[in-house]
Amino acid sequence: MSSGSLGTIVLTESDISRALTRIAHEILERNKGAQDLVLLGIPTRGAPLARRVGARILSAENREGDSVDGIDSLDSLVGALDITMHRDDLRRQPTRALEPTRIPAGGIDDKVVVLVDDVLYSGRTIRAALDAISDIGRPRAVQLAVLVDRGHRELPIRADYIGKNLPTSRSERVRVQLRELDGTDAVVLHGTDAVVLDGTDAVVLDG
Amino acid sequence: MRHLLSAADLTRAEAIEILDTAETMAQTQSREIKKLPPLRGMTVVNLFFEDSTRTRISFEAAAKRLSADVINFSAKGSSVSKGESLKDTAQTLAAMGADAVVIRHPASGAPHRLATAGWIDTPVINAGDGMHQHPTQALLDAFTMRRRRHGAATTGTDLAGARVVIVGDVLHSRVARSNVDLLATLGADVVLVAPPTLLPVGAEVWPCALSYDLDATIAEHTPDAIMMLRVQRERMSSAGGGFFPSPMEYSRRYGLDGARLRALPDHAIVMHPGPMNRGLEISAQAADSARSTVVEQVSNGVAVRMAVLYLLLAGGRSSERNAQ
Repeated sequence: MSSGSLGTIVLTESDISRALTRIAHEILERNKGAQDLVLLGIPTRGAPLARRVGARILSAENREGDSVDGIDSLDSLVGALDITMHRDDLRRQPTRALEPTRIPAGGIDDKVVVLVDDVLYSGRTIRAALDAISDIGRPRAVQLAVLVDRGHRELPIRADYIGKNLPTSRSERVRVQLRELDGTDAVVLHGTDAVVLDGTDAVVLDG
Repeated sequence: MRHLLSAADLTRAEAIEILDTAETMAQTQSREIKKLPPLRGMTVVNLFFEDSTRTRISFEAAAKRLSADVINFSAKGSSVSKGESLKDTAQTLAAMGADAVVIRHPASGAPHRLATAGWIDTPVINAGDGMHQHPTQALLDAFTMRRRRHGAATTGTDLAGARVVIVGDVLHSRVARSNVDLLATLGADVVLVAPPTLLPVGAEVWPCALSYDLDATIAEHTPDAIMMLRVQRERMSSAGGGFFPSPMEYSRRYGLDGARLRALPDHAIVMHPGPMNRGLEISAQAADSARSTVVEQVSNGVAVRMAVLYLLLAGGRSSERNAQ
């Protein structure tokens, strides 16, 4: 990591790993197992996070010797939900490329859907996700898991599972890097004067 | 990309972006709720100066699935039949608040004129102009071929190495011209087959091979896809140009009958832009065979047109100007 002078690392690789394990166990505890559970990651970085949480849920379920009714693999537990077309700022920006949506074969009707995203900020992404979900089906409940909650909500939305509460000012930027996309695991907080990013293609997330 | 006027204008990256977006759109169309919100509050005008049912309906369905309002304007029984010019028609539509114009016109170049003359300030999509271009048809054909070629993992792929044979009235066909342009951009290997009278002068410089003999081409080229173009019966008469002596002769030499269907490689698909003349350029056996993608092409057409409308309209206006 070359970002020492460019930002503060607030979560390291092992911090992220521990946070995701804890979230996985909280999800199992609150829903009394993995039955009827569907994890939907919001692209870009929510999608790999959802898969990681899903993998932890599967291994926890097996280790505890519980039945894994209906859940035979990661693909039937975890999907991805693109919310681009439901964004409220679509026309304020250049046309955005669409990301794939993949819903597990069992659908989401009468399931408990856990939305997974990297950073919770204004809440607008989650509002868009709720709209997107209602186009696909009618879940029994929708819950929200985020790696980082940085505050500054603009809508009445809160997360059910939070990796880390991170007090920030609006002028700061929170950058999540994930192995699957960026080659490394870290959450970096950039101050107002941090302009130059390092060589990775990581995106500054304000969603 | 501000307008879609010609398949020749598309770069490889732009074409693949449209096809990838169409793939996502197609996915949403298998849902119970097919409507998506990105063009909410926008108005798309279908400006059709030439009869068309399937293209107009396809654009209408695409715009409505993206939540746009659609105004259909056909020249028949309108102010155009009273002598209104394209310019006045366009300005009238702009004054009514159109956000995009989809135009079909019998004159080659009319969409280009509409897009560049400064009469209106909206994206223009060419839905077929004269004997020139029909870019969304080429895109949906490429989309269909790409899906058959790459299966589920189509994202980001082109058509490199795909062998395509296009048969029929190339001279009058905007579908053939658009397909040759787009398929060349995507790396496919194209042969046009037609009687000499139905190949335009200058076709030898197009990025494709030419042939007069369908049986030899099928044998030598072993196509992955064969596309039959619609042949109009009236082209036979001397009034229609006298391009071929009789429908029977055309059908014998250039029609896709049972024997030619069997001569195709096992995986080859049979394409037709529709509407088909069964018994002329395509036999009922070929049209109804499991290799025929005619119906698939229609549903793919909606997804491709959704992608084009989304990419041209969903983003902010200022960004579109920067991109051009």
